[in-house]
Amino acid sequence: MGVEVKPVSTLSERSSYDVADFAVPTGREEEWRFTPLRRLRGLHDGSAAPDGKVHLEVDAAPEVTVETVGRDDPRLGSGYTPTDRVSAQAFSSFTSATVITVPREAVASVPTVLRLRGDDPGQAAYGHTTVIVEPFGRATIVLDHSGSATYADNVEFLVGEQASLTVVSVQDWAADAVHVAHQHARLAKDAKFTGFNVTLGGDVVRVRPSVSYHGQGGDAELYGVYFVDAGQHLEHRLLADHSVPNCKSRVDYRGALQGEDAHAVWIGDVVIRAEAEGTDTYELNRNLVLTDGTRVDSVPNLEILTGEVAGAGHASASGRLDEEHLFYLQARGIPADDAKRMVVRGYLNQIVQRIEVDELRARVEAAIDAELTR
Amino acid sequence: MATLEIRDLHVTVADKEILKGVNLTVKAGETHAIMGPNGSGKSTLAYAIAGHPKYTVTSGTVLLDGEDVLEMSVDERARAGLFLAMQYPVEVPGVSVANFLRTAVTAVRGEAPKLRVFSKDLKESMAKLQMDPAFAQRNVNEGFSGGEKKRHEILQLELLKPKIAVLDETDSGLDVDALKVVSEGVNRFSEEGETGVLLITHYTRILRYVKPDFVHVFAGGKIVEEGGPELAEILESEGYEKYAKAGV
Repeated sequence: MGVEVKPVSTLSERSSYDVADFAVPTGREEEWRFTPLRRLRGLHDGSAAPDGKVHLEVDAAPEVTVETVGRDDPRLGSGYTPTDRVSAQAFSSFTSATVITVPREAVASVPTVLRLRGDDPGQAAYGHTTVIVEPFGRATIVLDHSGSATYADNVEFLVGEQASLTVVSVQDWAADAVHVAHQHARLAKDAKFTGFNVTLGGDVVRVRPSVSYHGQGGDAELYGVYFVDAGQHLEHRLLADHSVPNCKSRVDYRGALQGEDAHAVWIGDVVIRAEAEGTDTYELNRNLVLTDGTRVDSVPNLEILTGEVAGAGHASASGRLDEEHLFYLQARGIPADDAKRMVVRGYLNQIVQRIEVDELRARVEAAIDAELTR
Repeated sequence: MATLEIRDLHVTVADKEILKGVNLTVKAGETHAIMGPNGSGKSTLAYAIAGHPKYTVTSGTVLLDGEDVLEMSVDERARAGLFLAMQYPVEVPGVSVANFLRTAVTAVRGEAPKLRVFSKDLKESMAKLQMDPAFAQRNVNEGFSGGEKKRHEILQLELLKPKIAVLDETDSGLDVDALKVVSEGVNRFSEEGETGVLLITHYTRILRYVKPDFVHVFAGGKIVEEGGPELAEILESEGYEKYAKAGV
């Protein structure tokens, strides 16, 4: 298939299914400069030990079909072509894939939950998931990652005309896990995509959520919440590629950091191409720094190549807890530690309360509380 | 009988002395009004009593029923029975009013109120302050109007039942209707008799609804004149001009 290079200055993004088309990253590349390559256990340079396994269990909504397919299934890769070395490595290496189909006009009555559990971080595992929502279909998918693993995967969402898909991906890995994920939503005309990333556990987690538009009226909301503890590297790199007129994107990622060498990276790329008139986009990243010794790299990139936008903005802010918030709560008798927990929980809740899967939301709230009582 | 005793209090903000020896005693059952021009240090007194970290006490004492308030953390002061209704209550994103109030009541009483009892108390108190019940589900002070913020402060006063309440310009920014509702809340609180009120204000307007037993004129970081309610009427007609020099 060869290499395709998109003619956009901030991206110069290559895409190919073949890992050989990508040079081994050195860490000097823009897309890799924040990632600790030495901690990726060879996922990026082909040296990873093969034969790892991440176990998958699926609880599917009755309206939805779930298939396990081989590498030759033509639907795999139909929504997304890998754009970096690790993604291509995953595409070149997975042995079987999961295809979830939401039939035309079907409305899934319950979320479809994919539980992915690793038990061996010593060997690398690769995954591929394709979710196809046919026109007018509606569904919610939960990707629930846990356990120990060295894992690279691609997840593609093909959202059909006037279809609506909500995805909640929870990275609740054990402390020794490495996970490099690509999540791409391909939106047809008037399609709606709402994506959440909840990233809590793992040694290195790098998630690359992206959206492309293939008809007018596409609408993407990308939310994320993360809690970075000592030594963890949690990275989210977003891309909304507006190449079609009159589409919308909203990005809102919020995180908290505590402990020595807790490192959060957030890259928010939005491209509004010359033909994408009437685009409406806003992206936001906020980081709450709870202790000394943490590091945040937050980089919004907004590239506008047309003069006709409906709205385009971005904001990034990182800071400590607001002394006035704490004073207000303490002045009502709430002890300092409880006040701090309340403020942090409240701040992250602004994302968490949007998750409409009740059980999952309660679990995320509990997980955040557990982080805060460490 | 609760007593708040302030003796020769000196307070600096960013190394500048704002309070220059304040003496004041507030007993349960009493309502004191502190009046004074802008910049006289009235709010500094309120925040210093509450323990805001920006304010440094350089000398003097503050005792609540004989206990040294200045040795206490902000939350300990509140649990000891001090309450500050703030002039500019801050927004706390993502924290609902109901959750905030229940947490505060739990902290102050030392035990969690039964949810049903608490919900009933909250509903009743909100109704008295003419607050929409939906208010409880909103985030603390987020998107509140000026009047809503002040009602919310008085709601906390009613639920937390402190020994001594300091109200920092609770009347500012209120229209007449809201001023009446808020004043009624303050009166309900002080009529319980076991509580003292220190009402800080720039204007005499609120004193038509909340009758002070004592009026103190604040200028240049200390109290420069004291009297009964009649002093407020003199201030109403004459203004603060004659005290302006006291600050120099």
